Amino acid sequence: MSLARDIITIAAVSAGAFFFLAGTVGLLRFPDTLTRLHALTKADNLGLGLVVLGLLPQAGTLRDGLKLISIWLLGLLAGATVSQLIARTARQGETTR
Amino acid sequence: MTEFLTAAVGFILAMLALGLVSILRGPGDTDRMMAAQLIGTGGIAALLLLGTVTGVPAAVDVALTLALLATFASIAFVKKGLTNLEADRTGSMEDQ
Amino acid sequence: MSIAAVFEILLAAVVLGLGIWTIAVRETYSATVGFVAYGLLVALIWVRLDAVDVALTEAAIGGGLGGVLLLSAAARLRDAEPMAAEAPGKVTRASAAALSVLIAATLAGAVLHLPDSTPTLAPTVVANAWATGLANPVTNVLMAFRAMDTMLEKVVLLLAIIGVWSLAPDNAWGGHPGPRHQADPDGVLVFLARLLPPIGIVVGIYIFWTGANHPGGAFQGGAILASMWLLAIMAGLTDTPPVRRRWLRFILVAGPGLFLVVGLGGLWFGAAFLAYPPAQAKPLILGIEVAMILTIAATLGLLLTGAPERSVK
Repeated sequence: MSLARDIITIAAVSAGAFFFLAGTVGLLRFPDTLTRLHALTKADNLGLGLVVLGLLPQAGTLRDGLKLISIWLLGLLAGATVSQLIARTARQGETTR
Repeated sequence: MTEFLTAAVGFILAMLALGLVSILRGPGDTDRMMAAQLIGTGGIAALLLLGTVTGVPAAVDVALTLALLATFASIAFVKKGLTNLEADRTGSMEDQ
Repeated sequence: MSIAAVFEILLAAVVLGLGIWTIAVRETYSATVGFVAYGLLVALIWVRLDAVDVALTEAAIGGGLGGVLLLSAAARLRDAEPMAAEAPGKVTRASAAALSVLIAATLAGAVLHLPDSTPTLAPTVVANAWATGLANPVTNVLMAFRAMDTMLEKVVLLLAIIGVWSLAPDNAWGGHPGPRHQADPDGVLVFLARLLPPIGIVVGIYIFWTGANHPGGAFQGGAILASMWLLAIMAGLTDTPPVRRRWLRFILVAGPGLFLVVGLGGLWFGAAFLAYPPAQAKPLILGIEVAMILTIAATLGLLLTGAPERSVK
C-alpha cells in the first residue's frame, strides 16, 4: 500500500514539475504579454494541481488532504481572476499607445 | 522519496527563478505585474513539497497564507497601489 | 553534494539575485515588484529554517501589505515631482555600499562562527509551557513571558496610525482616507472581492486560533484580515470609514487597552504587572488576542489607506 502511494506521488509530482517547465518555457519564448500570461496561469496552475494530487497520498489525515485541495482551489480562483485583470490592463495599454 | 521531493522543490525553484528573470526583464509594467502570480503558484508548490520534505506540517498554513496574499498583491499591482493619483479617468482602469 | 545542499544554494542564490536586482533597477514600480517577490521567497527560507511563525509574518507583511504600502508611496512620489534634483554623489553611494558590505560580512562571519552548542533559551521556554497551557513556544514568549514587549508594540502601532493621520490636510481632518475606488459591479474584480474575503476571513481566524498550539497567532491573522478588508476597498465595494468615527477609534485602542487592563489586574490581584494566574492564563491570553487581532487588522488596513483625504459631507 505504501509502495502504491509512493508511486502515485512520484508520478504526479513529476508531471507537475513537467508542467512548471512547460509554463516557464512559454514565459521565456512567447512573444507578447497576453501569450505569456496564458502560459503562466494555465500551465503553472495545472502543475500546482498535479503537485497537490501527488502530495495527497502523503497527507496524514483527511483534514490535511482537504486543506491541500482547498489551497489548490484558491490558486485556481486567483489565477482565473487575476489573469483577466492583467489581460485587460495589457489590452488597455495597447490601445492607448 | 525524500531525495526525489527535494529534487522536485529545487527544480520548481529553478523554474521560478527563470520565470522571474523573464518577467522582471519584460518591457513594461504589465509584464512585471505577473510576478506575484508566478510566485503565488510556484511558491505554493515549493512550500507544500518543502513541508513534506522537512517534516514541517505547518508549511501548509504558510502556503494557504501565501495563496491569499499573493492574490491580494497581484490585484494591488494591477491597481498600482491604493492611491489612484495618476488615473485620468475617475475609476479603476479595468472593468470599464 | 547532497540534493538538499544544492536546493539551499539555489534558494539563496535566487533570493540574493532578486535582492540585488531590486536595488539596481531604475523604475520604482519594478523595484516594488521585486521587493514583494523577495518577501514571498524569503518566507520559503524561513520554512526551511523551521521558523514557521516568522514565515507566516513574512508572507503576510513583507509580501502582501508591505508591497502595497511601497506601491502607494511610489505613486505619490511620482506625482509629487521630487524637488531634489541631485541624486546622492558617487562618493556617498560608494561609502554606503562599503558600509553595507561590511555589515553583511560581519553578520555572515558571526553566524558562521557560532559555537556548536549555541546558547539558547528555547529549551527553557518549552519546559515552562505549563504556565500557560499553550503548546506553541512562540505564542508563549509573545503573550506570557515577554508580554510587556507585545503590549508596547501595539502601542507603537497606535502611534504610527496617529502619525499617519496627522498628515491630513485641514479640510479633510477626520475624513475618509484615500480615494474612492470604483469598479464595474459586474466585473471580475468585484466578483473576486465578493468571493475571496469570506474565505480570507475564515483563514485569518483559523491562523489566529491555531496559534495557540501550532505556528500562527494574532498578528498573522490580523494581517490576513486587513488584506481582505483592503481588497473590498480596492474593488469599491466599501468605502474607507471616516477616521473620526467612535467605533473605529475604539477598535484601534481595544487591543493595547485590554492588555493594559489585564496587566493592571495582575498587579492588583496577583504577583506582578501582566502576571497571569496559571489557572486562567489560557482564557486571559485568548481574550487579549481576540481584541488584538481586531486592533491589528484595523490598524494595518488604515495604515495602508493612508491619511484622510476626503472630508465627511
